[in-house]
Amino acid sequence: MRAARRQVTILARDPVLLALVLFIMAAVGLFVVYPLIQVLVASFQVRGDWTTANYELLSTRRLYRAALSNSLQVAALVGVVGTTLGFVIAFTLTRTNVPFKRALHLLTLLPIISPPFVGAISILFLFGFNGLVTKQLLGLQDFNIYGRWGVIASQIFTFAPLAYLSLRGVLQSINPTLEDAAFNIGATKWQAFWKVTFPLALPGIFSAFLVVFIESISDFGNPLVLAGAAFPMLAPQAYLEITGSFNLGRGAMLATILLLPSLTAFAIQRYWVSKRQYVTVTGKPTSSTSKIVSPFAKWSLFSVTAAFGVLVIAFYAVIILGAFTRVWGFDYSLTLQHMRYVFSVGLGSVTDTLMIAVVSTPISGVLGMLIAFLVVRRTFPGKAALEFGSILMYAVPGTVVGIGYILAFNQRPLILTGTFAILVLAFVFRYVPVGIQNGIAVLKQIDPHIEEASQNLGADGVTTFRKVTLPLIAPAFFSGLVYAFVRAMTAISAAIFLVSANWNLMTVQILNQVGSGRLGVAAAFSILTIVIVTIAIAIIGFLVERTSKTKTTIRF
Amino acid sequence: MPYTVPAHHAVPDAEADLRLVGLGKTFVSQDDPSQDVVAVDAVDLSLRKGQLVTLLGPSGCGKTTLLRMIAGFEEPTAGDIYFGDKRVNELAPNNRDAAMVFQSYAIFPHLNVYDNIAFGLRLKRLPRGDLQRRVDRVVEQVGLTGMTQRAPSALSGGQQQRVALARCIVMEPRLLLFDEPLSNLDAKLRDQMRVEIRELQQRMGITSVYVTHDQVEAMSLSDLVVIMNLGRVEQVGTPVEVYGKPASRFVADFIGKANFLEGRAVDDTTIEVAGVRIDVPNGVPHAAGQAVTAVVRPEALRLHQGDEGTRGTLRGRVKRAAFLGAIGEVVVDVEGQGTWLIDVPNAAEVGLPAAGDAVGVSPSARSVHVLPGSASAQ
Repeated sequence: MRAARRQVTILARDPVLLALVLFIMAAVGLFVVYPLIQVLVASFQVRGDWTTANYELLSTRRLYRAALSNSLQVAALVGVVGTTLGFVIAFTLTRTNVPFKRALHLLTLLPIISPPFVGAISILFLFGFNGLVTKQLLGLQDFNIYGRWGVIASQIFTFAPLAYLSLRGVLQSINPTLEDAAFNIGATKWQAFWKVTFPLALPGIFSAFLVVFIESISDFGNPLVLAGAAFPMLAPQAYLEITGSFNLGRGAMLATILLLPSLTAFAIQRYWVSKRQYVTVTGKPTSSTSKIVSPFAKWSLFSVTAAFGVLVIAFYAVIILGAFTRVWGFDYSLTLQHMRYVFSVGLGSVTDTLMIAVVSTPISGVLGMLIAFLVVRRTFPGKAALEFGSILMYAVPGTVVGIGYILAFNQRPLILTGTFAILVLAFVFRYVPVGIQNGIAVLKQIDPHIEEASQNLGADGVTTFRKVTLPLIAPAFFSGLVYAFVRAMTAISAAIFLVSANWNLMTVQILNQVGSGRLGVAAAFSILTIVIVTIAIAIIGFLVERTSKTKTTIRF
Repeated sequence: MPYTVPAHHAVPDAEADLRLVGLGKTFVSQDDPSQDVVAVDAVDLSLRKGQLVTLLGPSGCGKTTLLRMIAGFEEPTAGDIYFGDKRVNELAPNNRDAAMVFQSYAIFPHLNVYDNIAFGLRLKRLPRGDLQRRVDRVVEQVGLTGMTQRAPSALSGGQQQRVALARCIVMEPRLLLFDEPLSNLDAKLRDQMRVEIRELQQRMGITSVYVTHDQVEAMSLSDLVVIMNLGRVEQVGTPVEVYGKPASRFVADFIGKANFLEGRAVDDTTIEVAGVRIDVPNGVPHAAGQAVTAVVRPEALRLHQGDEGTRGTLRGRVKRAAFLGAIGEVVVDVEGQGTWLIDVPNAAEVGLPAAGDAVGVSPSARSVHVLPGSASAQ
């Protein structure tokens, strides 16, 4: 208590800072915690009465039980396979001297910046009823891609790149000299890998698995396109309960069930695994030796990596082809009709999406840096709660966020449903956690005395943040911007609950087109999304280049 | 028992430029929130304008916390800080007129040398001409002429140090604070910067507080040395005083090398150690018969071969002897006193005893200093 009072008096000396802390706390409370509580409350209510009836349905209705077990099984399998694949690619590209490293790296990253159903649509183009492979090449008439294996394949394609990205960082941070040391004391290549590299990477591998698990179980797009009616899954089922049967209580119940494994995985990842990561940051990137693998192993690894790269190329080629093909499976003549549709009927959703992304991105970026700054550099009561609350959304499936927002903001005094604001708010708070975590990581490496020096020379808290902190964390700021923009352009799971006649999104359009069987238009929307995202990343990259010209790290 | 600053170093309140009154800081313990950890305990100190005082002590003694309280980065939990007659406890760091040179330099890595130095003046919205004139003058003073457009990363450690210093003195602050500013420099540069800092500080007449754990730095720089241990002030004095008349066993041990003589007071100018009477012309502040501890520095002990020696010679046996060039260092096991360290000047000529030799050891009378307080409490 004494400590808390002391902290407040210190904070109160900088009124702007105090106001900022209160404002952010209120915002996190209102737009993160409150909607989640609403979901929980709604799941225990039927027509306004408190009851556990919704949960009892889990034991009586096969559909819900199946949805739960299907989602868990798929997430576990996708987690294992996706992480393994991600590790193989990461290992190949960081520890061996195979050709085309840069190209393979970029190809592997491509699914991350794509709308969530590129994989699903490509799978339909290739293996669907009218698929290029299944119908044209193999002449199968009754092949059914819908169901378990379609979802799994599509999710592995979508989420293995996430595992790759985080494992790449893990492997790069393991000093190759450790492997040299193992050889030096007589280990074989095989032993060096299993006794040194692998154990060191293990916490990172587990962490990557949990990330893929969370992504898979919260995934909405792939299951909605590929699961089909015979293979129910939690996230789409929750959506159908609400938009199909208008049953908020059951939807909220399924959302709560969905939340449990995600939050558990998140908690394990954050409070257990992350403390067991052995990262050897020397500041000096040691050049990777390629002694760890034999030529045979090297080329085996390369073939897996290259196969994934080829798969990415194939999937995107099919999307491009599909966007310019009249009727896939029947009439392969080229046409611009799908593109014309996108730019006429669909133009509204394109501009809406852009508007929302352009508004939410900078807000999310600045908010992320501010929260990171407060968390790392200031002490105030409730700091731990603020940090937890502000990154909580990272682990909350979009479906839960969407349901929470419509429950929380459809009544007085805050009626936001159907507005531009609700979409922006949902995107800001859903995608700010990555910016916060980047910001925290960068700030922790900046000597706090630099900010104290600024204060010491007469700058108040806000001036210090603006003139010193922000320029120094610019790299994290910009990468947070890229993330927020990409996600805002490609989001679906939360957004689908929040769109309206006035404000619609391209991703929702893609889903509708897939639903009505117009894959060509869906492909055209997807391509446009990828193009916009690529241009945006290029612009932000250009800005980074310009601002970081004078900035070089300094030796202390 | 809190330490009281000796009368000859006391400064009347009206003349004090910096005044700390009963200043203390307790942290709530991380391990056990019901426990307090005392970092700084009731420190009293007054400085006249232009004085340079060093806070000297081992790591964890509270010296940096004390400095950071003066700068405003830490909140005192007891006592007051006055700049002149103005109490500044509640003043935010950016409103205090106390510029600080950080141990890590804390140079803004995204600004070049000029912008780093001009940072504080720009915040004060100084007219451009004035600003440029002041920055240019300081740049010349610290010897950074021609480097103002460089990025900090293109500077050597010593140059970075100069930028950090320039950035502070350009503000013409009331106080200059230094937090172990030289600890990241190599030995030669450290000596050079030390001299430059002292010259600059004296020329500008800015009252300064300088934190260091390096006793050589403290001795060579300061008007006054404040020796701290476990959050408390052990002694305030000139470099000569803290070396020659340490106020406690801790100070004697921390500054230079010290031999401790355990004995008994005989009268006002004599003590008895291991049955041998030793003259103490500086005085014995104890009643006859009380246990006392006296300090003698290694260079104030004389070595006698064999059975030689006069009144006040203790007997012992050589444990080891080493020739270090300018001096020889001899460790002697003195009967009933443990081991003493003795410096033998001109060792190359007079030669050193061998291990096992029986020797006599006698202190030079003027250099024996009896510690105040009872021996058991020391």
